[in-house]
Amino acid sequence: MLTEFANPEKFERIARIAGPAATVAALACAATGLYFGLVASPPDYQQGDTVRIMYVHVPAAWLALFAYVFIAGASVVGFAWKHPLADVAAKSAAPIGAVFTALALITGSIWGKPMWGAWWAWDARLTSMLILFFLYLGYIAVWEAFEDKGRAARIAAIVATVGVVNVPIIHFSVDHWSSLHQKASVFRSDGPTIDPAMLTPLLIMAAAYMAGFVGLLIASMRNEIAARRLARIEAARPVSEVLLQ
Amino acid sequence: MTAFAAIVLRDVALAFRAGGGGLQVVLFFVLAALLFALALGPDRATLAASAASLLWAAALFSAIVSFDRMFEAEFEDGSVDTLVETSEVLELRVLAKATAHWLSTSLPVIAAAPIVALLLNLPADRLWPLLASLLVGTPALSLFGAFGSAAAMALRRAGLLVALLTAPVMAPTLIFGALAATGGAEAEPSMLYLAAITLLAAIIGPVAGAAVLRLNMN
Repeated sequence: MLTEFANPEKFERIARIAGPAATVAALACAATGLYFGLVASPPDYQQGDTVRIMYVHVPAAWLALFAYVFIAGASVVGFAWKHPLADVAAKSAAPIGAVFTALALITGSIWGKPMWGAWWAWDARLTSMLILFFLYLGYIAVWEAFEDKGRAARIAAIVATVGVVNVPIIHFSVDHWSSLHQKASVFRSDGPTIDPAMLTPLLIMAAAYMAGFVGLLIASMRNEIAARRLARIEAARPVSEVLLQ
Repeated sequence: MTAFAAIVLRDVALAFRAGGGGLQVVLFFVLAALLFALALGPDRATLAASAASLLWAAALFSAIVSFDRMFEAEFEDGSVDTLVETSEVLELRVLAKATAHWLSTSLPVIAAAPIVALLLNLPADRLWPLLASLLVGTPALSLFGAFGSAAAMALRRAGLLVALLTAPVMAPTLIFGALAATGGAEAEPSMLYLAAITLLAAIIGPVAGAAVLRLNMN
């Protein structure tokens, strides 16, 4: 399957359909998820209606982490098999992941205002999100810094790998450092403690974010492939033609 | 191992001879602590409470500002080619560069730390935990820095990129370093975590550093 997609033409043929399809799925899921989340689900017995921020905040945080792991995975594939589309995928996923991280930070801080009485608390998960945001920025900066895109891809791949190895350590250390926030309530070994009436819209919203990620990723990859093709065509033009223009 | 020792001796000698700027890092460290104190105000109790954390942050900044010179000179005069091509295990050479960096920046900083601690009114019984945590934790900074500066060595004005690449990765070192230095019940487990991070950095830094070094060659 991997080698199948190494051909940009084949990728383009599938992406032309899969991209818009994912975007439509994202919009549909977001509409249902938001209806159930904002209208049809009960308010929290402690947090009241504020809990509804969860439906946009928590999936953003999940996707922020997922996108970074995706980048690292694509980087390994690109590095080990010199798979050209894997590099494109890793590069394209970075700004999307950074935006999800920013979204998680912003919605988290909006949630924090009524809960903690402050826009920002140095709580473990917000703080590790902030560090993750800087990991994204560093990764994007490497792509920007090197003119030779082939070299940029390979150095960025190692930067992403070092980053992903450190993400759990950062999370653990920040968790140790602060203990203000409520404990995780969905991913627990004894099953989620969250009520099904809230869990269902949350999972639908997570599906919406995931489909949105896929749709944006495919659009961004097609952009990148087209931009590279354009750059090649430009480079191949004879000088006389460029001068006459 | 002789190449390892030769690289360490050469880099340390270069750092401390004329023009090497070895002691400038110590001056930067003292200045950073001074600026922190100026920002905090002269209240002795406040200073005493934050002294250990300030010293850790100042030590981290001192390491960051000196990362860019780890591979820069070698890249400019081309000797980095020899470094890469003549090595059987490039990871060991990167480890040697990190060791030299630690010996010429963090070790002098640690030597100066007691005096700065005195200025910041650090309680005397906290001095040994502070020095021990710096000795255990600062090697991790040099090891991550070796990776960052090897990644950015071919770029002009790489300093900020190196800082952006290494600072998030060094966050756990700072957290456990400061916790271990501040003492209390958290001190002992934090010291063990700090040692674990340094050992992990001794793998990640040289392996990733050697990989980016090879990529920056061809």
